[in-house]
Amino acid sequence: MTTQILSVEESATVHAPDPVVSAEPYASAEAIPARHTPTLVTVIPSTSRRRGVPRWIRRPVGPLLLLLLWQIASWSGSTSTELLASPWTVVTTFGDLVSSGDLPKAIAVSLRRAGTGLLLGGSIGIFLALVAGLFRLGEDLIDASVQMIRTVPFVGLIPLFIIWFGIGETPKIGLVAFGVAFPLYLNTYAGIRNVDSSLVEAARTVGLSRLGLIRHVILPGALPNVLVGFRYALGIAWLALIFAEQVNANRGIGQLLNDAQEFQRTDIIVVCLVVYAFLGLTVDAFVRLLERVLLSWRPAFSGA
Amino acid sequence: MATSLQRSVTTLDGQDGTPLAVGVRNLRRAFGDHTVIENLDLDVPTGQFVALLGASGCGKSTLLRILADLDTEFSGDVRVASRRAVAFQAPRLLPWKRVWRNVVLGLPGRPDKTHAVAALEEVGLAHRANAWPKTLSGGEAQRASLARALVRDPELMLLDEPFGALDALTRIKAQSLVEQLWQRHNPAILLVTHDVEESLLLADRVLIMKDGVIAHSVDVTLPRPRNVSDPQFVALRAELLTWLGVGDGDGVGDDPHQATPAAGRIPPQDAQESLPKRTIHS
Ligand SMILES: Nc1ncnc2c1ncn2[C@@H]1O[C@H](COP(=O)(O)OP(=O)(O)OP(=O)(O)O)[C@@H](O)[C@H]1O
Ligand SMILES: [Mg+2]
Repeated sequence: MTTQILSVEESATVHAPDPVVSAEPYASAEAIPARHTPTLVTVIPSTSRRRGVPRWIRRPVGPLLLLLLWQIASWSGSTSTELLASPWTVVTTFGDLVSSGDLPKAIAVSLRRAGTGLLLGGSIGIFLALVAGLFRLGEDLIDASVQMIRTVPFVGLIPLFIIWFGIGETPKIGLVAFGVAFPLYLNTYAGIRNVDSSLVEAARTVGLSRLGLIRHVILPGALPNVLVGFRYALGIAWLALIFAEQVNANRGIGQLLNDAQEFQRTDIIVVCLVVYAFLGLTVDAFVRLLERVLLSWRPAFSGA
Repeated sequence: MATSLQRSVTTLDGQDGTPLAVGVRNLRRAFGDHTVIENLDLDVPTGQFVALLGASGCGKSTLLRILADLDTEFSGDVRVASRRAVAFQAPRLLPWKRVWRNVVLGLPGRPDKTHAVAALEEVGLAHRANAWPKTLSGGEAQRASLARALVRDPELMLLDEPFGALDALTRIKAQSLVEQLWQRHNPAILLVTHDVEESLLLADRVLIMKDGVIAHSVDVTLPRPRNVSDPQFVALRAELLTWLGVGDGDGVGDDPHQATPAAGRIPPQDAQESLPKRTIHS
């Protein structure tokens, strides 16, 4: 909160008229009921609120402090470097993995899997949502089945996918696609169905055809929800990938993780985790950018 | 059973031979057991400005939606001009399209900005052509929605309380704007309103809807611009208020909100006072 209390006065010194309208007109001044003096607060303009440390400096402070604490803990010996490597070791390991080319190769492989799965599952999810959202028949045919299948935890499908697709790229991409399709389906479908019906009516009165209605009203109206679904989908894509790569993989970040576990290299494990986190952040920033561009018409609430 | 609007190319003439923009016979519309419109007949000649008054919930919007082809669950014979435009109480602009694109939405061919700006010019909003609708003020948005109706060069304009959400001063300006636009383009207008004064200032004919039919029709022949303090105006207002059940002789209706017959407005759509004396300048 950025309001500031000026005065808290308990004793009433000023009489203000009662705001409640009474049926009888006041007979005299004494009839005006007494009220407590209102407590005034200062409303501070946002220009002065923003003064101080800018956000891009404030935001990294928390993570950096955590890192510092971690390094200090390692130095002081209160955490065993066997269980958790120190930040500095992690940094040097990261350098080694990059210069040997292991890490870039693994990242490229994982990114390609995630991207392909996202594209495949996303297209399927959005396509099904369009059919179910725009046509009554489509809804009847598709929605019930999708709602049923989506309750299956996708991790449970890994054994089945291995039996079906072997241990190559296909089961990994398939798992990502499976996990990604549902959030996109659900959000796109909900977005289409929640388009303001008064806008649809208004668009009909200006003579838009059915196709024009879909293009100019329904799809743009559903877009905010589609982007929400996209964000969920990205999170799930990483998750699915980690699972899939850990079960059976000969390349990729998941395999790097698995090897590190075998040789008890906590430093490599931490590097992999940091890479996952960093990729996640990058992708999230990309979606934010996408939202800013595509939803520029929306004066969004940007947080207090 | 859904009865679609008949899109035949017939024209229809009223009793005195002028062509009609609206011709309704035997209209019936019910929501379940609740019959809202029963046996309603309505003729609006081309170019006539008609105001429709009636208590809240009497079916004014329902009638308008039928004429706009938004509600097809009626029975009866409904004919309306093929080029028609609608403005609602809320402006209903697409928030993801800039104002000028909203104005020309649905017109055939590529969106033509000069065309849109010309229409926005008429409502005094050309400078906001590139704005996002959510950045418009209430009155500006309502004018944009008028421009969207206007750009279609309608033979019939259906207005459902287009000034209901505006403050008193903005409303006076918007009323005079609508009168100007009507005089310039001369479409038939069916204006639903709660404001008796507004109906008398603007309309050639004031209709009162009650019990599912047009219960009363008053021809307003006062010269324009009209003055609310004109004795004839005052007499007409008293007549309409009586028909609405809130007249001076009739006492106060059941609805406690209707206890201010002098204000000339049936339900208090807003807390604004209506100004004691006003003239529409055109
Ligand atoms: N979709 C609907 N389903 C059921 N009843 C409806 C529906 N739309 C309207 N009604 C009912 O029909 C009646 C007439 O509604 P309508 O909106 O036409 O009133 P109105 O005259 O425009 O009122 P107001 O002046 O308050 O806008 C009301 O009793 C309303 O409850
Ligand atoms: Mg209404």
